[in-house]
Amino acid sequence: MPVKASDDDPEKARRFREAALPFLDDVYTLARYLLRDAADAEDAAQECYLRAFKHFDSYRGPAMKPWLFAILRNVCRAEYARRATTPTSAIEDVPESAEQPPLWHEAQETPEAQLLRRWDSDTVRRLIATLAEPFRETFVLREIQNLSYRQIADVAEVPVGTVMSRLARARAMLRSAWMAQEEQPK
Amino acid sequence: MNCEEAEVLLHALIDGELDAGHARDVESQVAGCPRCAAALKDYREMSKVIAEADVRYKAPLELRRRIETALPQPRAVPNRRAVLRGFAMGSAVSALAATGLVAIVLRNDDMERIQSEVVSAHLRSLQAGHLTDVISTDQHTVKPWFNGKLDVSPPVIDLTAQGFTLIGGRLDYVDARAIGAVVYRRRQHVINLFVAQTASTERRAAGIETVQGFNIRHWSDRGLNYWAVSDLAKDELAEFGDKFESAMKGGTAG
Repeated sequence: MPVKASDDDPEKARRFREAALPFLDDVYTLARYLLRDAADAEDAAQECYLRAFKHFDSYRGPAMKPWLFAILRNVCRAEYARRATTPTSAIEDVPESAEQPPLWHEAQETPEAQLLRRWDSDTVRRLIATLAEPFRETFVLREIQNLSYRQIADVAEVPVGTVMSRLARARAMLRSAWMAQEEQPK
Repeated sequence: MNCEEAEVLLHALIDGELDAGHARDVESQVAGCPRCAAALKDYREMSKVIAEADVRYKAPLELRRRIETALPQPRAVPNRRAVLRGFAMGSAVSALAATGLVAIVLRNDDMERIQSEVVSAHLRSLQAGHLTDVISTDQHTVKPWFNGKLDVSPPVIDLTAQGFTLIGGRLDYVDARAIGAVVYRRRQHVINLFVAQTASTERRAAGIETVQGFNIRHWSDRGLNYWAVSDLAKDELAEFGDKFESAMKGGTAG
C-alpha cells in the first residue's frame, strides 16, 4: 500500500517534518482505535504521512492534527473497504457484537461512582474497541485526542449535531459497560 | 429543558462546548433531576478515569524510521543542477514560493506560540508552591518520579558540581501536552528545563532567543526537544546548556 514519496524539494520536506511528525503518536493512536490492529495501524499511519506530504502544498491550516486525522480517516476508509472484500482479515478477530457480554443494558442508578477508578488502561482500551465504528471514532477524537466538536465534525465530515449525539451514545454505552463490569463478581 | 435534551447537552457541558446561557439551563436541569445528576457525575468521573488510564498508543520506532526514510531527505545541499532546474521551472517557482511563504508563516507562529507557552509555564512555576512536584537534589530520586507520568521521562542530570543545582522536577503542560520540567537553580535564578518528545531523531544545535524578557535555549537531541528557560543572562544559560549536553554525551544521566 505505501508508496515512496517522490517530491524532492528538501525545504518542503523539512517544513513538513517539523509540522507533521510531532503528531505521529496521535495519528498512530487514532489508527489503532479505528482499525483495531497494530500492523494495519502502522501501514495506515505511514500512508497517511505520505499522502499528507503530497498534499502539503495545499495545506492552509488552521491546525495540523485534525488535518492529518482527516487524511488518516480516508486511508482507513480504504482499509475498511479492503477488509469487506477479504473475509478472513484481522477485523474478524474482534467481532462487533458477538461474544461480547451484554454491555449496553440500561444503567443502574448506583450513587457511588468510586469503583470506576478500577479501570486500568487495558480495560478502557478493550471497552472502547467494542464501540461501533462511528461512535468509537467520535469518542476517541474527543476523549483521547482532545478535539473540539467543530474539529471532530470537520474530520468526520458530519454536522456538529451528529457529533454530539454520537458522543452521547458512546459515553452512555461505556457507562453501561462499566455498570455491567461492576456487577460481575471479581 | 427535559431529561432527553439534557442527555445530549450534558456532554457539551462536560466538554466546555456550551455558551453560558445553555450551560445554566443544563445545570438547573441537573440540579432538579437526580437521574441527570447521577449521569453527569458518572460521565465526569469516566472522562477523568480515561484521561488517567493513559490509553494512547506510542508509535513504534520502526514506523517512525519507515516514515522518515520514505519522506525526501530534508536539508539536502542545493547542487548546481537543482539551481538550474529552478530557473527552468519559471513561473511554477513563484507559485511554489507563495505556498511556501504561507507554511513558513504558520510554522513560525507555531514556534512562537510554543515559546510563549514555555515562558508562561516558567512564570507559573515561579508562583508560590508551584515550582516542584518532587523536591530533591538527587537525580536518582527525581528521574524515577517521572516514570509512568509521561510517555518519555526526561533525562535528569546533577550539575551541582558545574554550578547548577538540581532542585527537583515537575509535570507541566505545554502545547496541550503533559511535559516534564527539571528544575535547576543558579544563585537566585531558577532554570526550568522542559523536555518533550519530538518526532525527529536528528540532532538540532542550540539557539538562544529572548521572549518576554526571558532567555530560552532550545535544542533537540536523540528524539527529545529541550527548552531551558530562565532569567539568567544569555551566556550563563548557554553555559548551562553546554554543561548539560556534554554531561548527556558522557552518559551521566540518572
